[in-house]
Amino acid sequence: MNMQNDDTLLQVQGLRTVFETRAGTVCAVDGVDVAVRRGECLGVVGESGSGKSVTFGSVMGLVRRPGRIDAGRILFEGRDLRALTPRQMRAIRGRDIAMTMQDALTALNPALTVGEQLAEVLEAHDEELPRGRAARRRAIRDRAVEMLGLVGIPSPGTRLRQYPHEFSGGMRQRIMIAIALASKPKLLIADEPTTALDVTIQAQVLELISDIRAELGMSVVLITHDLGVVAEHCDRVMVMYAGQVVEQGPTAEVIGQPKHPYTKGLLGSIPRLALRGEKIHPIEGQVPELIDLPAQCRFYSRCRERGVECLQSIAMQDAGPGRQARCIRLNPETVS
Amino acid sequence: MSLARLIERLLQLVPVLLGVSVIVFVMITLTPGDPVEIMIGDQVVTPELEAAMRHDLGLDRPVHERFFVFLGNAVQGDFGESFYHRRPVIDVIAERLPATIELSLVALLIALATAIPLGVLAAIKRNSVLDRLATVGSLLGVSLPGFWFGILLLMLFAVHLQLLPVSGRIGFSSEIEPITHFLLIDTLLRGRPDAFLDALSHIVLPAITLGLPMTAILMRVTRTSMLEVMRQDYVTFAEAKGLARHRVLFRHALKNALIPTVSVAAIETGSLLGGNMIVETVFGWPGLGRLVVESIFVRNYPLVQAAVLFYAVTYVMLNFVADILYTVLNPRVKL
Ligand SMILES: Nc1ncnc2c1ncn2[C@@H]1O[C@H](COP(=O)(O)OP(=O)(O)O)[C@@H](O)[C@H]1O
Ligand code: SF4
Ligand SMILES: [Mg+2]
Repeated sequence: MNMQNDDTLLQVQGLRTVFETRAGTVCAVDGVDVAVRRGECLGVVGESGSGKSVTFGSVMGLVRRPGRIDAGRILFEGRDLRALTPRQMRAIRGRDIAMTMQDALTALNPALTVGEQLAEVLEAHDEELPRGRAARRRAIRDRAVEMLGLVGIPSPGTRLRQYPHEFSGGMRQRIMIAIALASKPKLLIADEPTTALDVTIQAQVLELISDIRAELGMSVVLITHDLGVVAEHCDRVMVMYAGQVVEQGPTAEVIGQPKHPYTKGLLGSIPRLALRGEKIHPIEGQVPELIDLPAQCRFYSRCRERGVECLQSIAMQDAGPGRQARCIRLNPETVS
Repeated sequence: MSLARLIERLLQLVPVLLGVSVIVFVMITLTPGDPVEIMIGDQVVTPELEAAMRHDLGLDRPVHERFFVFLGNAVQGDFGESFYHRRPVIDVIAERLPATIELSLVALLIALATAIPLGVLAAIKRNSVLDRLATVGSLLGVSLPGFWFGILLLMLFAVHLQLLPVSGRIGFSSEIEPITHFLLIDTLLRGRPDAFLDALSHIVLPAITLGLPMTAILMRVTRTSMLEVMRQDYVTFAEAKGLARHRVLFRHALKNALIPTVSVAAIETGSLLGGNMIVETVFGWPGLGRLVVESIFVRNYPLVQAAVLFYAVTYVMLNFVADILYTVLNPRVKL
């Protein structure tokens, strides 16, 4: 990807994140490139296990044992995050890059009140807080109330003193977003913010994220396995499969005219986006085990367009302005 | 914690205490040895005198009758007289209790103060040399017999190095007028730091010996629950907020990880009482445990019965405390 310009907030190049397991080295993220521009919303889609969470967990520097980042550069505003000390990284986490986790039910600490969990992120990052103890405490409380109000929690003042289990799933998702947004980050990574929610609340949460994005001018990475959500909210989309990016480009174009058979399959599996009268056909088969993968297209076993020429490592191919896809068919030299 | 739960707990005590009484009675009856014969020892007494002694202690009645007499008196709070002291057993037990409670509390304190930091460290530095050492150590701590470890400590620190006293609770020269009957407190209240140090030097070895198995258990509980908690999403989310490491570890992880530790500590405190008998005997500690051992030897039935009931009540109450602590520490369980 050669889009490095002043507009680029986050640029990931050749990211490789592996997990050492008993069965072997799991290559969960393998040579992933990502670019996020200021103010844009990037959708990241792919089935479960395709490496979406691990990719952005790597960006946050939150890969835990037995995992580690094996290779790649993660540039945020031009700084290589991998070269930072833990302390420098902590200053960026939560302040410049914030994240909401996939499961709101488990991401909030059951033993701390919502107010405490909101306050601590402000304490850690908000430089505008007054110096005096009492004034500081009041300012933090006011900000916490404001944030809960912003994400639509009724009577935030009393709610601050409650524990996570006293809130519904949708409310907890909102609280997590409030915590993530409390320090006005430049980039919000929202990992499947709607998966656990019912449809109406899903829509509300996504609206909320879009509104705040517009208001703060922040960038959003919206991880989801719902292409419908992407179509509605994202400027660009990146499709992941088996630890690799298989297609990326402007949302409208990727959805209107998918280039990679996997993207086509995904679109085919979503009723409201089914292409012109085509039948809904969920992609058959499963994501392959990410251990000792053979040098061939990773989608090979499930691809309807496969051929012998696919039995080699497949590189990203240009697929129109600002578009790329990882399919041999797009390389004019091999198209027969 | 509701009043209803408390009453429920107290009602649960009834069958427990009844069962314990029956078991103690049966055991005593089945154990060979007769208190009157033991009292007489080598002396020559007439059969009449012996019969009179037996009658005096109520031992001329059949066992079941004795049981119901005991039960009838016990519900009125009368546990009879100690055969040996010829005073109400309650008084004798009350006299010895502070020494045992003090020893148990110090043992508990030592256990908590070593087990929690070690458990946390072992979890943070998982699979490190320290973790392995702590694991082996805790295995030994659980499996070593307490008296053996106690004697080892005695030989090393009291006999060989002569750093600490061999037995007792305090030296003669440090005896003071009791206030609370806890010597570590009383010596300070009386403004006698020298006596405090003396009492401290007496309690160190027995407390370590008594607390060792508990330390080992609590360390393992802390390590396991800390590892479990550190895997949780909320710890990752806390890290994602960019909080300082100590804040993530202590506020987010440890606060949850300690819930099982504290509950287990409360329950295990009950087993400190059992351990007390051996440790108090080894270290000549003038507490309830040693009194019970002595009383068993001389078949001082009333005292043994009362003491065992006391152990049972304490054990059940400590389980109750464990429940309460669990509720207090865990907002999710609050009703
Ligand atoms: N702790 C772990 N240990 C071993 N493998 C892991 C671990 N976490 C993730 N992985 C591997 O990484 C792959 C991608 O996971 P993830 O990024 O969570 O997928 P997604 O978010 O797209 O559903 C998983 O299929 C799994 O093989
Ligand atoms: S490279 Fe071949 S197997 Fe892979 S997606 Fe393209 S056509 Fe299918
Ligand atoms: Mg995921």
